[in-house]
Amino acid sequence: MSVVAIGAYDFPAKDVRENFPAPLLYIGWDDHLMVCSPVCLPLPPDMPFGALSTAVLPGVYGEHPDFEKIDWAQVEWLKSGRPWAPDPAKSLAENGLTHKNVIRFRTPGLTGIGGSHS
Amino acid sequence: MDTRVTKKKLGLKDRYAAMTRGLGWETSYQPMDKVFPYDKYEGIKIHDWDQWQDPFRLTMDAYWKYQGEKEKKLYAVIEAFAQNNGQLGVSDARYINALKLFLQGVTPLEYYAHRGFAHVGRQFTGEGARVAAQMQSIDELRHYQTETHALSHYNKYFNGLHNAHHWFDRVWYLSVPKSFFEDAITGGPFEFLVAVSFSFEYVLTNLLFVPFMSGAAHNGDMSTVTFGFSAQSDESRHMTLGIECIKFLLEQDPANVPIVQKWIDKWFWRGYRLLTLVAMMQDYMLPKRVMSWKEAWEMYAEQNGGALFKDLARYGIREPKGWKDACEGKDHISHQAWNTFYNYSAAAAFHTWVPTDEEMDWLAEKYPTTFNQLYRPRLEHYRTQQQAGKRFYSKTLPMLCNVCQVPMFFTEPGDAATICYRESDWRGNQHHFCSDHCKEIFDDEPEKYVQSWLPVHQIYQGNCFDPGTDPTVEGFDPLAAVLKHYQINVGADNFDFEGSQDQKNFAAWRGDAPRGEQA
Repeated sequence: MSVVAIGAYDFPAKDVRENFPAPLLYIGWDDHLMVCSPVCLPLPPDMPFGALSTAVLPGVYGEHPDFEKIDWAQVEWLKSGRPWAPDPAKSLAENGLTHKNVIRFRTPGLTGIGGSHS
Repeated sequence: MDTRVTKKKLGLKDRYAAMTRGLGWETSYQPMDKVFPYDKYEGIKIHDWDQWQDPFRLTMDAYWKYQGEKEKKLYAVIEAFAQNNGQLGVSDARYINALKLFLQGVTPLEYYAHRGFAHVGRQFTGEGARVAAQMQSIDELRHYQTETHALSHYNKYFNGLHNAHHWFDRVWYLSVPKSFFEDAITGGPFEFLVAVSFSFEYVLTNLLFVPFMSGAAHNGDMSTVTFGFSAQSDESRHMTLGIECIKFLLEQDPANVPIVQKWIDKWFWRGYRLLTLVAMMQDYMLPKRVMSWKEAWEMYAEQNGGALFKDLARYGIREPKGWKDACEGKDHISHQAWNTFYNYSAAAAFHTWVPTDEEMDWLAEKYPTTFNQLYRPRLEHYRTQQQAGKRFYSKTLPMLCNVCQVPMFFTEPGDAATICYRESDWRGNQHHFCSDHCKEIFDDEPEKYVQSWLPVHQIYQGNCFDPGTDPTVEGFDPLAAVLKHYQINVGADNFDFEGSQDQKNFAAWRGDAPRGEQA
């Protein structure tokens, strides 16, 4: 135990998988900080990864002027900050995504509003 | 003529000794450690509590007298402000939003500080420290009351001031100040003192009370200035106590030094993250500006704080680990925070807006290397969209830092285009952080922070709806349900300032043409 305490210090973690209806996935769009931070979404593990770009991300980033310019074939993905090649046909779970993973996408050539990374 | 009688009057020093020492309690039928269980377990060694010196030699009788005089003056000003309709004299109704954030996020901290010092006052075995903590506890309760009283006048005329207490325990952005204090008061008594008396009050509160209160004066808000200065005179005493307390701990035993250093590292960073809200108030929420956040940071943190840590070097204390990253943040955090509240203005109990061209020019002048390059294009885009009837609101909940609970909007040191992501695995679960320093705080005590009440996660767990809400019914609107639970009056307390009730009412009361209709 690393907490210095007057007695036993053992409490359940608040954000374990069982407490949510679906695992949480954090998603960020590099070089695009208009949407101020990565977002947090509970997503069904059997959802195909490819549905992110067609069904999920338009609701998050659709109002960004760069969004419609994205060439999804060119997009680079990162998982926990490391390059990662997900299979769009496979599900989130089959791509190895588990509760509270963080993924990011990079859109080469797009650097935000007026090149400001916004 | 009466015969002169020589009064036996004690000198200040003797008087202080008589009024504070000998008030302790040596237990007889229970061991001291059982009655005072808290002042040893953190590992801090105190050999002689009498070395604790209150620098003001403050005694209870003098305390009542000073504070009573201050209260009379304060309430006379508040009353005059109310009778003269002082709310009409402020620079702009946008300014009131800074007061809303103050009442929602800062005033409840005064109450937490009151509770914290009451606890510490009970738990220390040293009498001087106990008396000082008890008086500070009363000060903090007074601040909570006077701030509430002073701001209640605005509550008669503006939205967003009627429910601060309810919001503090529920609303997402208020979990940032709330978690800071809950972390502090659930530490031991010495950690609490280092967190609040030293790191927060001595190193950081000047940044809140001095430039912000000058800002209130510049914006015509004499009622806030008065409570600010009434509190600030206590803060000066608290700050002096804070530095005395640190020196006392360091002088008592060399084994205390590494413990205190660890707490300084932690609490400087937590306090700095909390002050992000103040940075935004300073740069964006004061229609008439006094100094930028960056200038305030340079004056109060870099100069004063820098000198302080040089002074403490002789005890073996170095500047906090996050110091350099905090100094780099002075160019960014106010803009990044304002963007976040602009994104989430639908779910906040105050209004946001795009600064005017004149205000953006001021920001460009104050932030010559960052504002035009990184932040202005985004704000101008927002304005164009808003004027086209497409005001941008983020509709997806943000990822939060597991320690400071701020949305993950801070960027990498040396790279303001890239969000800073850090993570740790602990007992099979992933946890995420906004910075190296929040990660270090977690890694040091993961057992504590896995209990964090993160508002976004709590919403997804279904814990932020009113009892009886069924999220499975067709057409369920989670944001509407959360705002109902928060008791935010949708359309009055939230959304853009442009078109708000506050804006319209203020213009009508003053006889101004609404903005956009001026010739």
